[in-house]
Amino acid sequence: MSADEQVLSYPIPSDAALDPPAEWAELRGTCPVAHVTLPSGDRATLLTRYEDVKQVLADPRFTRLLTAPDAARLSDTEDGGLFSSDMAAILPDSGEEHQHWRRLVGKWFTAKRMNALRPVMARIAEDLIDDMVEGGAPGDLKASLGFPLPVYVICDMLGVPAADRDRFSYWSDTLLNLTRYTKDEVEAAQAAFFQYMSDHLAAKRAEPGEDLLSELIAVGGPEDGGLNDLQIVVTGMGLLVAGHETTANMIGKMVSMLLADRSRWEALLADPKLIRTTVEESLRLDANSGFGLPRYLKEEIEVSGEHLPKGTTVICSMAAANRDESMFEAAEVFDATRSPNQHLAFGAGAHSCLGQALARTELQVVLEVLLRKLPSLELAVPVAELERVEGLAVGGLRTVPVRW
Amino acid sequence: MKVMVDQDKCCGAGQCALIAPEVFDQRDDDGVVILLEAEPGADQHVAVREAAAVCPVGAIEVIEEA
Repeated sequence: MSADEQVLSYPIPSDAALDPPAEWAELRGTCPVAHVTLPSGDRATLLTRYEDVKQVLADPRFTRLLTAPDAARLSDTEDGGLFSSDMAAILPDSGEEHQHWRRLVGKWFTAKRMNALRPVMARIAEDLIDDMVEGGAPGDLKASLGFPLPVYVICDMLGVPAADRDRFSYWSDTLLNLTRYTKDEVEAAQAAFFQYMSDHLAAKRAEPGEDLLSELIAVGGPEDGGLNDLQIVVTGMGLLVAGHETTANMIGKMVSMLLADRSRWEALLADPKLIRTTVEESLRLDANSGFGLPRYLKEEIEVSGEHLPKGTTVICSMAAANRDESMFEAAEVFDATRSPNQHLAFGAGAHSCLGQALARTELQVVLEVLLRKLPSLELAVPVAELERVEGLAVGGLRTVPVRW
Repeated sequence: MKVMVDQDKCCGAGQCALIAPEVFDQRDDDGVVILLEAEPGADQHVAVREAAAVCPVGAIEVIEEA
């Protein structure tokens, strides 16, 4: 099968909630540079091999920005969605300016800060689990714990009221969903979200707190080495969205993976030291991680021996790459002791996930608290009945029914 | 074992400081890596190798001595 003979629809549907589509292995084996059609109808090039995905993601010349006239649009709304929007172009996306932005914000996501947040996260997790238990089994681990925990944490970091979380969830969903909303709905949600964040920043300017946004304001404008007002608004929106769907969904998927084969859960009960490597292995084997990361090629490159012309929109499937046998021994096997685990769940290179230490810490803490408080936890439905959320740039399960 | 870090490359992911906190730290003002121990003891070698392997930008170089 050559790349020209077949055009796949992307994302590739999968019947099982926790398992990858069969096409991944086929593509990695025989068609590592595949032509695909996106929900917008536009064509793109899908990469599924570890080396290829890592090469493109780590190449500083290429970024997520899909604002070029010949870039593919991802979503079926007229403007092509989040990656094509004007908003995406407000933050510097490459070079020294990007690094400057990243370091201004990055100080909030250091390992030290995340470790200091552990007791706070653990207390939130304990309270949420208590509430779920009080409601009686079966409970929905996603709605009770997976979703609210990262939301509380990111709201606290940004100094926005967690009481507004229903609105954030809606805005976040409209920004990240590629198929579910109309252009009008997406635009209205973006405008409302933008207004909310602008008002919030005005309030912080008048009465600063000890949160990330107050401190970004305190640095001053670009002339003082800080960001302009618009950049701060978009940074706040970006962090709020990123802190929502990603880890929120991953908690449910990780726990489902561990309970789907309960020997994994029991291994952790017997040896909680495996928590850290188990979290990494869950990230690696997440078959439902979402869309992958797009890159627009400003210059031609060669990938797996194929020439990709300038102007190509590439979709990097980190989830497919994370199961590449040429990189990972027994790649399809869940190995809670795998180390080093060089998965690409957070991307690679200078643009790899800014919040990865936060996500890792949240996943580790949730697992620690669940193992301690609910050792008898199990899925309340057969694995085959777990359902994926459709259309999201970030993949998740609709519900995670559990009993204990 | 000798360890070197490239602060210009560093993207502040924090993996090294999470995995080998006795060898790596991050600057408080921007999250950039700080090397605490350029010649870590044998008890740190496994963690240091892991930290170098998983660094998203390959900013950690490990030279194993014969």
